[in-house]
Amino acid sequence: MSTMAFLKRSPWILHYDASSCNGCDIEVLACLTPLYDVERFGIINTGNPKHADILLITGGINTQNREVVRNLYEQMPEPKVVVAIGACAATGGIFRECYNITGGVDRVIPVDVYVPGCAARPEQIIDGVVTALGILEEKRAKMAGAARMKDEVRHAEQAGEST
Amino acid sequence: MPERIIVPFGPQHPVLPEPIHVDLVLEDELVVEAIPSIGYIHRGLEQLVQKREFTEYVYVAERICGICSFMHAVGYCQGIEHIMGIEVPDRAKYLRTIWSECSRLHSHLLWLGLFADSMGFENLFMRSWQLRESVLDVLEDTTGGRVIQGTCKVGGVRRDIGQEKLDEMLRALDPFEEQCRDLGDVFLNDETVKYRLQGLGVIGKDEAYALGAVGPTARASGVPSDIRETGYAAYGDLGFKPVVETAGDCYARCAVRVKEVYASIDLIRRTIDGMPEGPLDVKVKGTPDGEYFSRVEQPRGEVIHYLRGDGTKHLARARIRTPTLANIPMLVKMLPGAQLADVPVVVLSIDPCISCTER
Ligand code: SF4
Repeated sequence: MSTMAFLKRSPWILHYDASSCNGCDIEVLACLTPLYDVERFGIINTGNPKHADILLITGGINTQNREVVRNLYEQMPEPKVVVAIGACAATGGIFRECYNITGGVDRVIPVDVYVPGCAARPEQIIDGVVTALGILEEKRAKMAGAARMKDEVRHAEQAGEST
Repeated sequence: MPERIIVPFGPQHPVLPEPIHVDLVLEDELVVEAIPSIGYIHRGLEQLVQKREFTEYVYVAERICGICSFMHAVGYCQGIEHIMGIEVPDRAKYLRTIWSECSRLHSHLLWLGLFADSMGFENLFMRSWQLRESVLDVLEDTTGGRVIQGTCKVGGVRRDIGQEKLDEMLRALDPFEEQCRDLGDVFLNDETVKYRLQGLGVIGKDEAYALGAVGPTARASGVPSDIRETGYAAYGDLGFKPVVETAGDCYARCAVRVKEVYASIDLIRRTIDGMPEGPLDVKVKGTPDGEYFSRVEQPRGEVIHYLRGDGTKHLARARIRTPTLANIPMLVKMLPGAQLADVPVVVLSIDPCISCTER
């Protein structure tokens, strides 16, 4: 199975810079431009968290950014996947000892995929997004399963009441 | 009198790759006041000098900002070298100049793309970034990193560029320049671009000077300030003239950067031609004791690294004043009078780099 076979739908990504150095951010943007061009897979960068399936987040998150990140995460509809890009998003990286840095995105919101590198290369970022797609599909299946189970229970209850 | 409303712009906004927050006070569609607030990227890098040795801090300096990272390293290293009285070999200075100008090229092309995007000119955005990739290829080829290079160190540079590669770069510059001129032609002469940009966010020469603007933002208003004229690295040997425009509007700021792309290509060509032979670095002995203001011209303007050492391995104090911080007062003056729809264009016209600003 090719990796891109996951791509049943067109996933939209939201990118947010949570106190990074910008290096990984411009590489995220580079993924969208002609050399790498992820749009050919239907991956579109959106500015609106309510439209997004995948959150690409860079940086170690400072005190002021915590609320913004949490807010963005909560606004995204389920199922959603978070990809932490770069060493500083994973652990705080080179900024770990800074007084204002929380140290890692996973201290604030749950993270599904970690992309290594300082700066992460566009190929690695695309790889991270492809991994995220697999997780997204799993989450969707799980949600669909849970919904089906709920329905069945409700039907069974209704059937029990009517007899 | 129309009712006043406040529209928050940012911190997360489609045209901004980085978070900055501006409260726009509007009367109908017209901006009457803009109140910026920053702090989303502040990490506290200045204080990190007390935790990292002065030779290691170069890596942190590079990550003050991922776009002009090499120039931050140059600024920091020059400061330390000055305090310690280190004379850097000529070849290292020339190599620093080449990488600095490559960084400026990729930064300006990046900005031109984002700027086109803010105008809604999508294919111009893609074209600029496509050209930018060829600069990144050269950077990756010669330093190993696309955006964070890590080749500058206290006392010189870490890598050499072989003669073969230099010749190859020289050959590649001609077709590259031609492509850049085609691209620049659209920015400078296209009617729709002119229509969007001319007369927007005008700041005169005296006002720009009084507001302390730096870099292309200042030069577009006719203030001929460019730190490369002070002749650091190899710029002293190259005979450098800054690009100056006088209109002070968004079009002028765009024109300055387009012309600087051409100027950078020319500078790289002359640096390669004049490349001296010799060692790449000198040995660094001892620890810095003293203080120095190191100034370097970044794509966005002048950056100042103030460094103070007290004879230990760790610096006592570092203070970094970056170009965007100096240009934000300009932005606050440019926005009033603009239409709400033009706000992204005006904001981008100063080429804001927030991670620099907040360090
Ligand atoms: S991982 Fe490195 S390059 Fe990426 S944002 Fe963090 S410090 Fe910058």
